[in-house]
Amino acid sequence: MDLEARFRDVLPDVEFCSLRLEDESQEFLYVRDDIVLPVRSSADVGAMVTVVDGGGIGYAATADLTTSGLAKAVEQARAWAAGSRGRTVTDFSKIVMPHPKGSYTTPVRTPWESVSLADKIALLREECARVGGDPRIVQRDVSISWVHRETLYLTNDGGRVEQCFDHIVPSIAVTAHADGQTLSRSLGGRGYCRQGGYEVVQECGLDTVGPELRDEVLELLSAPDCPTGTMDVVLDPDQVILQVHESIGHPLELDRILGDERNYAGRSFVTPDMFGSYRYGSELLNITYDPSRTEEFASYGFDDEGLTATREYLIRDGILERALGGHVSQQRAGVPGVACSRANGWTRPPIDRMANVNLEPGSATLDEMIGRVENGVYMKTNTSWSIDDSRNKFQFGCEWGRRIENGKLTHLVRKPNYRGISATFWRSLAAVGNESTFMVLGTPNCGKGEPSQTARAGHAAPTCLFTNVDVFGGE
Amino acid sequence: MKEKFFELVDRRSKALQKDEVLLANVHQETSDFVRWNGGRIRQCGTVDQAYLGLTLIRGDRTCDSILSLTGDLDVDDARCEKAIAALRERLEVVPSDPFVLYSEEVRSTDRSTPNRLPDRDTVLGDVERAAAGVDFVGSLASGPMRTGFANSLGQRNWEESHSFLLDWSLFHVEDRAVKASYSGFEWDSERFGRIMDSARSQLEIMKREPRTVAPGKYRVYLAPAAVQEFLGTMSWGAFGLRAHRTKQSNLLKLSEGELSLDPRVTLKENTRDSIAPGFQGDGYLKPDEVVLVENGKFKDPLVSPRSAKEFGASVNAGTWESPNSLELQPGGLAPADVLRELGTGLYVNNLWYMNFSDRTACRMTGMTRFATFWVEDGEIVAPVKVMRFDESAYRVLGSELEDLTSESELLVVPDTYGGRSSESHRVPGILLRNFEFTL
Repeated sequence: MDLEARFRDVLPDVEFCSLRLEDESQEFLYVRDDIVLPVRSSADVGAMVTVVDGGGIGYAATADLTTSGLAKAVEQARAWAAGSRGRTVTDFSKIVMPHPKGSYTTPVRTPWESVSLADKIALLREECARVGGDPRIVQRDVSISWVHRETLYLTNDGGRVEQCFDHIVPSIAVTAHADGQTLSRSLGGRGYCRQGGYEVVQECGLDTVGPELRDEVLELLSAPDCPTGTMDVVLDPDQVILQVHESIGHPLELDRILGDERNYAGRSFVTPDMFGSYRYGSELLNITYDPSRTEEFASYGFDDEGLTATREYLIRDGILERALGGHVSQQRAGVPGVACSRANGWTRPPIDRMANVNLEPGSATLDEMIGRVENGVYMKTNTSWSIDDSRNKFQFGCEWGRRIENGKLTHLVRKPNYRGISATFWRSLAAVGNESTFMVLGTPNCGKGEPSQTARAGHAAPTCLFTNVDVFGGE
Repeated sequence: MKEKFFELVDRRSKALQKDEVLLANVHQETSDFVRWNGGRIRQCGTVDQAYLGLTLIRGDRTCDSILSLTGDLDVDDARCEKAIAALRERLEVVPSDPFVLYSEEVRSTDRSTPNRLPDRDTVLGDVERAAAGVDFVGSLASGPMRTGFANSLGQRNWEESHSFLLDWSLFHVEDRAVKASYSGFEWDSERFGRIMDSARSQLEIMKREPRTVAPGKYRVYLAPAAVQEFLGTMSWGAFGLRAHRTKQSNLLKLSEGELSLDPRVTLKENTRDSIAPGFQGDGYLKPDEVVLVENGKFKDPLVSPRSAKEFGASVNAGTWESPNSLELQPGGLAPADVLRELGTGLYVNNLWYMNFSDRTACRMTGMTRFATFWVEDGEIVAPVKVMRFDESAYRVLGSELEDLTSESELLVVPDTYGGRSSESHRVPGILLRNFEFTL
């Protein structure tokens, strides 16, 4: 008897019951200073059962997928639903849950398994060796993480969704030390993460970018610290995505707005009445939730509450339109959202998580943006991030900076940092790069929730120019 | 669980080929999770999970695998057999690793504590009564946690406990809130009530008109939870031998003698008095304590088996060379005298979301969160709106350190990423002459 038949066999007589099966395999290859560290693989299979009945709600997670294992999980979830009846934040029976049907599969051109382990290791060793050779280099890291995830979502009223994902995160970093300073340069600060097959490894430039990173970090060692002052900043996509993630993505999550996360990940300065009218940024700011870009890290057909994923504007021409909240949160808040209720595996219940949140490209070239700056810094690659629990006062740091003076790029500066306030920072967005500056990136480990869970978020963005920013450097 | 795990390793050990060594680690927990918002339940459920880590070693080649376990010995054994066969194939491909090291000395241990957790309804009932009339937001994690190690050399280690952690906040409006937690092995309704009463008292202060403080330097008292956050971030890559030898440690200037901390600062990895297992994943027993910083000077780094082999040192830590049970020794300031000694300044209960502004200088930024108070002449005057700080560990634990409180608190890290954390900090509060706020 297959899993679906076993689930149908143990279905309880309740208002709503779902089963979410997760079967995830991973492989992690890592070469550090020419040594191949132990190749690590994992296989994780289990299911979560959710029951809604009499207004209450409960879940149970188990790796025992036999009929008796599922029956036990159903009984546990049912007991929680009964125990929580009359004690919950909302009457869950009044929220009509979807019973979706469909499937989704990551398009893969070169399957991960089609390339031998020996060839993958050879590539990593070669790239690691290529960035060595200078005595100031103290560590060289090259790695690839691959995740294959299959999910099956079943509901008591015939819902059935099968999805299959392949995620790849290639990474290379070079760290150097001289004169008391230790600095790193990396491929996007682990921001280069995508869905797809082994082709992603080639597309990201893992086999070409190393020497450039090595040269940059060695140059940075002797560069002056970033100056302090109010000035303009041009941010490359591998910093813009972090800015979007922390100061747009998280504040728009409905569970924060509803207060669910106040004890842990925090709340939001955004309130329900702001949707439809609040000016979040300048007219150049256009933010989408876009699950349709198939190579992006968090594309999917359905979220973990069964909602169909469609592309939506969250912010259009600077005005806030829509939240990042799944079906249950939308019903509770009365605010339009998107299909983004997600769990990071079978052991955790779904919560509101940003998925692909993108800053849409504009019309400026990089040269035009640089040319507009009299006094500023061009920054690349996030290395530090911190923001308050309402997602307002932030401070971010980058690996690489170059001064912009009178419309021209001049010398390198190290340890560039900047700080600001979300609610005003996006209004200082003065230019948005065109398609030529646009990159599809992401964040592999976003933490949130009680119990805690990590999520994969996709972000695509162009280079952007911001004016009058509080900039500073190292000690 | 213990018997099944050891039987599994026995079976697989007997099937190993010549010159192969098997290391196995298991972590199992059955956890009840409840989260509340506004005193009402948002989500609740039970998670029964077990993960088995396998390391197959042949000479100087090694590969790892992690599997979820079903709990059925025969089913799990079949999956292990398949996983080990895959690891064996990989050993044919991977190059030699000069830094493979595992414990060859068989030292078995067994430490289990009985289950004294109350029934679920007792806790839910207590929380519901205590949360009446107040905006209670929080979470409960409760149930057994089991960690085991076994290898094909015959070593067997096991730790089992039944614990709970209730972590919560009481909110007035917006971000004006008070944080509290209660953890242990036995639920005491009266003790929970006292902690809740104390939080309610602080919440009353949060209802006063909040004060906006301009960026600048202030006298500050960091309560133990704030110190925990500060030390937690400072510890990222700070104490490992590899981080020091490769010049990447945030505390490189300390270990190289260029800078020092206040002589009253002594930091230890104190496994003996912690909730963490006393063994690590390669079969080594952890020392009772490792003195990391003594009287303001760097002393011993944390050393993983890999670093021990690479740099010729002795193993005293796990793979990540990161403290799991960090202790800051207390000082001489009586807790009752904190407000008087602070005089005029900020009383900070919690810090939040820290990261580095400059790693070389061990300079970190972060936010105040929850109850931060403006104090004048030793009296709490008003809550303070959230502030961003940017400060170096060399100033906070060095030139600006006025005193440490004479009593420490054991604070359990509430994170449950992948599983419930066994990380904790034992720290006092610290009084600072100057602490810089920037935004």
